[in-house]
Amino acid sequence: MSPNNPALANDTEALAKSFGLNAEEYGKVLEIMGRIPSLTELGIFSVMWSEHCSYKSSRIWLKELPTKAPWVIHGPGENAGVIDIGEGMAAIFKMESHNHPSFIEPYQGAATGVGGILRDVFTMGARPIANLNALRFGDPSLPVTKRVVDGVVRGIGGYGNCVGVPTVGGEVNFHSAYNGNPLVNAMTVGIARHDKIFLSAAAGIGNPVVYVGSKTGRDGIHGATMASTEFDAASEDKRPTVQVGDPFTEKLLIEACLELMQTDAIVAIQDMGAAGLTSSSVEMAGKGGVGIELNLDHVPQRETGMSAYEMMLSESQERMLLVLKPERSEMARAIIEKWDLDYAVIGHITDTGRIVVKHKGVVEADIALDPLAEAAPLYRRPFVETPKPAPLGKVEHTTPLLEALEKLIACPDLCSRRWIFDQYDSTVGGQTVKRPAQADAAIVRLEGTKRALAITVDCTPRYCVADAEAGGAQAVVETWRNITATGAKPLAITDNMNFGNPEKPEIMGQFVSAIKGMAAACIALDFPVVSGNVSLYNETEGRPILPTPAIGAVGVLEDAAQAVGYGLNPGLALVVIGETRGELGRSLYLREILGREEGAPPTVDLIAERRNGDFVRAQILSGTVAACHDVADGGLLVAVTEMALAGDAGVTLTQENGAEYWFGEDQARYVLAVQDAAALLAAAAAAGIPATQIGSSVNGNKLTLPNAVAISLPQLRDAHERFFPAWFA
Amino acid sequence: MMKAAILLFPGINRERDMVLAVRQSFGHEPAIVWHKETALPAGTDLVIIPGGFSFGDYLRCGAMAAQSPIMQAVKAHAARGGYVLGVCNGFQILTEAGLLPGALLRNAGLRFLSMDTMLRVERADTVFTNHWQKGAQFRAPMAHGDGNYTADTATLDRLEGENLVAFRYADGNRNGSARDIAGIFAPNLRVLGLMPHPENLVDPLMGGTDGKPLFDALASV
Repeated sequence: MSPNNPALANDTEALAKSFGLNAEEYGKVLEIMGRIPSLTELGIFSVMWSEHCSYKSSRIWLKELPTKAPWVIHGPGENAGVIDIGEGMAAIFKMESHNHPSFIEPYQGAATGVGGILRDVFTMGARPIANLNALRFGDPSLPVTKRVVDGVVRGIGGYGNCVGVPTVGGEVNFHSAYNGNPLVNAMTVGIARHDKIFLSAAAGIGNPVVYVGSKTGRDGIHGATMASTEFDAASEDKRPTVQVGDPFTEKLLIEACLELMQTDAIVAIQDMGAAGLTSSSVEMAGKGGVGIELNLDHVPQRETGMSAYEMMLSESQERMLLVLKPERSEMARAIIEKWDLDYAVIGHITDTGRIVVKHKGVVEADIALDPLAEAAPLYRRPFVETPKPAPLGKVEHTTPLLEALEKLIACPDLCSRRWIFDQYDSTVGGQTVKRPAQADAAIVRLEGTKRALAITVDCTPRYCVADAEAGGAQAVVETWRNITATGAKPLAITDNMNFGNPEKPEIMGQFVSAIKGMAAACIALDFPVVSGNVSLYNETEGRPILPTPAIGAVGVLEDAAQAVGYGLNPGLALVVIGETRGELGRSLYLREILGREEGAPPTVDLIAERRNGDFVRAQILSGTVAACHDVADGGLLVAVTEMALAGDAGVTLTQENGAEYWFGEDQARYVLAVQDAAALLAAAAAAGIPATQIGSSVNGNKLTLPNAVAISLPQLRDAHERFFPAWFA
Repeated sequence: MMKAAILLFPGINRERDMVLAVRQSFGHEPAIVWHKETALPAGTDLVIIPGGFSFGDYLRCGAMAAQSPIMQAVKAHAARGGYVLGVCNGFQILTEAGLLPGALLRNAGLRFLSMDTMLRVERADTVFTNHWQKGAQFRAPMAHGDGNYTADTATLDRLEGENLVAFRYADGNRNGSARDIAGIFAPNLRVLGLMPHPENLVDPLMGGTDGKPLFDALASV
């Protein structure tokens, strides 16, 4: 029986084009098939070879990133990265984008982004213990931005709160470059025992292939293809390609899978994410070097009359594909059905090396798996790296320091995110040691142990657009610093590469440069990449986003009680570790106070980062540091203000200096609050590390500069807390 | 020592938190009871219904769970004078099951609220609250989209008149609850429902032990 559909033959090439395959790619399909593909086959090729699934533009560059370390258990290539965190436990984590759907339909786009990344983590056997998110929105003065922010925040909360995984951290930026293309990057961290990690490689000829979870509907068909094209004015018509999330079913799926994973029933397991049943079945069989035969008659369906094409391409949410040991399948069915989830045997593993899809007695697809994977397009696209920016010349300062400070801490990029995180359940699970806005990284204890993970997400796109190499390095070092500033040892990262159209050489150049910078930072800091996601074509009507290589990082504390936050108590000396040269290029001060987006971003000195960070961490673990904050967006005075506001303690500063000193965004710096400044300064001097006491925390509610000019904390707090509540009042 | 059973409905997500709090104060493991059971474990003194989104909260919060098989056993347990504690979704389930009066509506601002709140102890002469002083305030995290307590005026007046208000919000009424009510007792003072989560503040490492007196009080019965 041939899966061919002659009626299609004439139109197939045009159809292939509309599915996102170019003429050359379609030629390869014909070569592999030796005939005109059926509609279902063409659908399978087009999603597997989409940018989203095949990484065809990015793959050769991603290989430049370091992925190994003694503590890495599984690097890129699995559903998520796995690292050793001691005591026989592993952290399993990944960050993934849901950018395109979140613009078209913000609530569901963001919600299903959270759902998808959760599944990538628990499919490996981990109980998810933390969610984070990295969000970029357009100009806040536009009504559409407000609508998108509202929907995305509600969507993240609606899903995360319901599944009962605490949302413990994140970051938010605004820039007009994201007006038509917001970024929603969601990260999940889970915990498993080393001996209970589940992989996706199918094995065992004849083993049943089992479908678990929600029923399949027509939602999300060709979502992966949508995520691989630019936007235009008609994009809103793509709303039907956005999936609808059901966090209740996800919660059942988590509990059912984790319960099943306590048995020895599972041979392989993978979630049905982008490209749904197609990618899960193709990847599981491909990785296992076996074949797979599916009978779609048995797929649980939410709608009637669904075709093979629709079922293979559907991106309905909350579904998993399992290969089970046949003798355990009835026990598995009992567990899954206890949780009121669908359980259906929809096929079996074969030795043919092919995927065969049958529906109503007809072979709808029959494709050799090796060529489908190996002949997948791989492009070394032409690229032009962004010319290095001219250094920022002399800057005239007209705004008094405290006036500039008040304005800076009120601006959308620096103001309090309380309005956002107050909508996310950050305490469910009972292990959240440091909640949002208490420390530079979220701290979540590992239940039943003293250990904790420190987790953060960071990227500074305004640096990346000026110099993607420096920006890529800076994103990595900032996560490393944020973990270090809690006392934790940074272990590994996940990257979420958000860029414009890679077919434009200058965009590809941004990507190449960012990878170069990230790789250098990862090597210098022993901070490998263990998982990641690439999102390209983030453009609307030809306008690209700022290059945004968002980094999610995980570190470990042997004793959660050693974690420090950044809130100040009175009576402590404030010491800056690291050199302050006063680099204002691309700083928020320059943009918000002087209205300029110019110059080179701050220098990233990887040797200084490593040296200063290792020193700070050792000080924290020695128990002498009461609070610690890395110096980042906004510079030193903003960091000190955040510390004062977080602890509700006054600050008196003693360093007479200008705007460069207080607002420069020089890297590799931390503010430490200690009882004994002399001891810290001596230790720093002995280690050859720049350290300066800049003042003290005091009783009272004022921040006072050396010239006795002061501003009250309530005034600063009002400014800091105003933006979001006023915007959504 | 009381024997505790924690109910598990599909979609409940704070059962692990509750186990930690009970284990710490009681010194033993509570039983976990699946909602399709028809009987509580023999000798159960205290039934705890934790927070979460039972059945996704897709109907009214708690409405589906209130119809689960185990709830018949819980009603019989309460009728016998057994102790029942419902927190957050558990409180909603108790109102839907008719074990406590009133209902929990969407928060007044129509947004999920996750932050610490201060609760005032309205009476300290109950099995649940006797480790606090009357009028004492304690901190408790809240995390809910539907915590806006409501009842008709006669019911509210009766709750006040019979001194059945357990806790009130003391630092601002964020969710719109009638008369700042955060938790209420049944007339026999053996059933307590409240929205915030004392079980999430029982460990100094997590920010404090403000919620621990509730569990210590129950443990000392």
